Amino acid sequence: MKPETTDDVIDAIFDAARAGETLEIRGGGSKVLIGAPHEAAILDMTSFGAVIDYDPPELVLTAGAGTPLSTIEALLDAEGQHLAFEPFDHGPIFGQAVGAATIGGVVAAGVSGSRRLSAGGARDHLLGFEAVSGRGERFVAGAKVVKNVTGYDLPKLAAGSWGRLFAMTEVTLKVLPKGRERTTLALDGLTPKAAQAALARVLAAPTDIQAAAVLPGARSSLTAIRLEGFGPSIAARVEMVRALWSDLGAPMALSGADADALWNDLKTLAPLDDGRPLWRINTPPSGGPMVVEALAPHGARWLFDWAGGLTWLTFDGDPALVRAAAGAAGGHAVLVRADERLRAATPFLHPLPSGVARLEARIRAAFDPSGVFETGRFLDTRHAD
Amino acid sequence: MTICMPAPDQAVLARREQIVAALRAIVPGEGVISDPPSLKAYETDALTAYRQPPMVAVLPTTVEQVAAVLSWCRREGVKVVPRGAGTSLSGGSLPLADSVLLCMARFNRILAVDYENRTAVVQPGVTNLAVTRAVEAAGFYYAPDPSSQIACSIGGNVAENSGGVHCLKYGLTTNNVIGLEIVTIDGEVLRLGGGHLDPAGLDLVGLMVGSEGLLAVVTEVTVRILPKPQTARALLIGFPTVEQGGQCVADVIAAGVIPSGMEMMDRPAIAAAEAFVNVGYPLDVDALLIVELDGPGAECDHLVEAVQAIALRNGAVSCRASTNETERLSFWAGRKAAFPAMGRIAPDFYCMDGTIPRRRLPEVLTRMTALSKVHGLAVANVFHAGDGNLHPLILYDANAPGELDRAEAFGSDILRLCVEVGGVLTGEHGVGIEKRDLMPVMFTQTDLAHQQRVKCAFDPELLLNPGKVFPTLHRCAELGRTHVHGGQMRFPELPRF
Repeated sequence: MKPETTDDVIDAIFDAARAGETLEIRGGGSKVLIGAPHEAAILDMTSFGAVIDYDPPELVLTAGAGTPLSTIEALLDAEGQHLAFEPFDHGPIFGQAVGAATIGGVVAAGVSGSRRLSAGGARDHLLGFEAVSGRGERFVAGAKVVKNVTGYDLPKLAAGSWGRLFAMTEVTLKVLPKGRERTTLALDGLTPKAAQAALARVLAAPTDIQAAAVLPGARSSLTAIRLEGFGPSIAARVEMVRALWSDLGAPMALSGADADALWNDLKTLAPLDDGRPLWRINTPPSGGPMVVEALAPHGARWLFDWAGGLTWLTFDGDPALVRAAAGAAGGHAVLVRADERLRAATPFLHPLPSGVARLEARIRAAFDPSGVFETGRFLDTRHAD
Repeated sequence: MTICMPAPDQAVLARREQIVAALRAIVPGEGVISDPPSLKAYETDALTAYRQPPMVAVLPTTVEQVAAVLSWCRREGVKVVPRGAGTSLSGGSLPLADSVLLCMARFNRILAVDYENRTAVVQPGVTNLAVTRAVEAAGFYYAPDPSSQIACSIGGNVAENSGGVHCLKYGLTTNNVIGLEIVTIDGEVLRLGGGHLDPAGLDLVGLMVGSEGLLAVVTEVTVRILPKPQTARALLIGFPTVEQGGQCVADVIAAGVIPSGMEMMDRPAIAAAEAFVNVGYPLDVDALLIVELDGPGAECDHLVEAVQAIALRNGAVSCRASTNETERLSFWAGRKAAFPAMGRIAPDFYCMDGTIPRRRLPEVLTRMTALSKVHGLAVANVFHAGDGNLHPLILYDANAPGELDRAEAFGSDILRLCVEVGGVLTGEHGVGIEKRDLMPVMFTQTDLAHQQRVKCAFDPELLLNPGKVFPTLHRCAELGRTHVHGGQMRFPELPRF
């Protein structure tokens, strides 16, 4: 099904509910291989594919949920702005082209890139939306201005809802100026724990870094930070970082293609393209090395983003080991890429404590009482209550 | 006094002695307040026009007590109004006559500070400023800084999603809170989020922040702390017209600069503030802009020059840049004293909180001046210019018959205007009771029903903070009905209370 209008979306939801069928909301299809294999009719949202309003000085952009990320990023770039949370495009992980992911899909998955560390995530930049709930009703929430506390903050629920509450037709996002210049500093040869500590030291000082990652490799193990801003600011902050790292050696400065290649690895995860299951593990930054210490001896390969707060990891051992390591480090693990057999047996989202799971189920039922969006992708109980 | 609260349940009032006894069994000693003179201290918050002592106030000290109080009230069908420091500007913690007021003031400890991960775990009764005080020796601070920060509590900040003058760059409360412990009306203790950035499931922390005490009671908050910027410099810029000031703000942002603060005052606000603090604000301008830039010294110096050039291009008639901390703070002194300054020119003022798309500012101020004449009350404007959040201050005299009603009517007209131009009813103060009846100006019944069903998922008997945020109390069973496709909404309008 490819609805052209909001009324079409309403009809599709009613028809599915009446027939007892389920709907999978789809944008660019970059995440179709995430979650348990399931049968559902596709609600293709790509007709909602246009930017509706963009006024750069207001720092607000409104677009159809099916608008390709590449369209939005090109438009913003022309005005020296960007989505500061650095939307994460899952396409490259699954061998698809860059930029086909839609803004609705990025928001629904709540996925952010390296700048999440400094700028907040998709949830922090979604100001408002229009959607059709599982009740087949069109509604709006949030607003189209950058500061608003009127009513419950339903945009926070939308970001990371994975299409389980409502079908978004339109999203309004906060946009911000891009840094005029950028530079990358990197240290080589630190252990996971030492690398995370080096990044924590920089983040505890007013260095205002935008991104911090660790990329271990066969020939080198890079601990990298990215600084963005006006030239005089970057120069001052680079000096601050050099002083903070003086006992760790002189960091190399990367720019241009070298720097782009490094940060691009955090987008494509090319260094982890080893055919094994891929996990995305959220912990406090100090939890990253704990996860690695627990799983590397079992053959896991890994990268850190967010100064250690995000561990990307490939591992073909028992998924329970990954979930246990993430939990012990104070976080949770998402199974992003795996074969059908593993996806059929392992929920892709980290299981929640029972009380929180029951509350979530009640919230889902509030938006989708007949379970029209419950496709079986999540491997949890539809209505825990 | 046009806002009505739900009528008290006489059956509950008749059981007052029993309810007090039950609460005393849960919270011993002085933790239960039931004598009328003491309850009077809790009759209002910072929306002082509305006063109602609660049936009883309870001040628990442990999570177990909070859970026991809530589950007892749920079982007995007794309403609960949560309260932090009582500084809500929207009446968010106004008690009900038949309610238990749940005061979280004794949850006043900072539980842990984790500098390596840049978080602090605090109890909800800790004041906003106390978080910064606890971490500043290590060079850190907590970014959201509502003007009541010396008194307001973190729990209240979570309930209202409080902002402050620095939130264009550093965000509101929601952008700085990553974990909560909450107690539901059923007495269930749940931990949401924690020390990591993305939630494991739905973003229930994000949902709780700004939910105005209607969903659950917060018993612990994990906040992010930030290293304090090395320096800050401010500019004080005067413009002959509001249009020029507004264009300057737009041009600063278009130049890629996000100041840590960007405040505008109109002529009446400038005059009142200068008369109050005498810091040398120019009196011959229609718009005064304070722009603050923070970061390394070299960055501040660079940006001060850039903003100065933009200001002069936009016709600024005065432009001063601070060269030291004393001077920077003097630029802010008038703005920070804007509210008390109003006390010198009028017995009372009523502070509004709409947000508008910034480009509509000149038109909104012109129409506000016209409304001022219609309602016969003066208005002064302070404005978080960076994010479009307006604080019109309506001047009135509560002792003059009818003036409070006129002030409220004027305020409602201003907020309707904000929504008409594409803005919202509240940017940072919350809906509370104050803007409750205006919610339909911004949201349809269907929009509101989708919000209210979230309430039902937490609190199906509507016992937590009833009478706030939503103009109509729909029973959850009504909201749960399924509708006939193509037919009209089948929400019978329950009587307004």
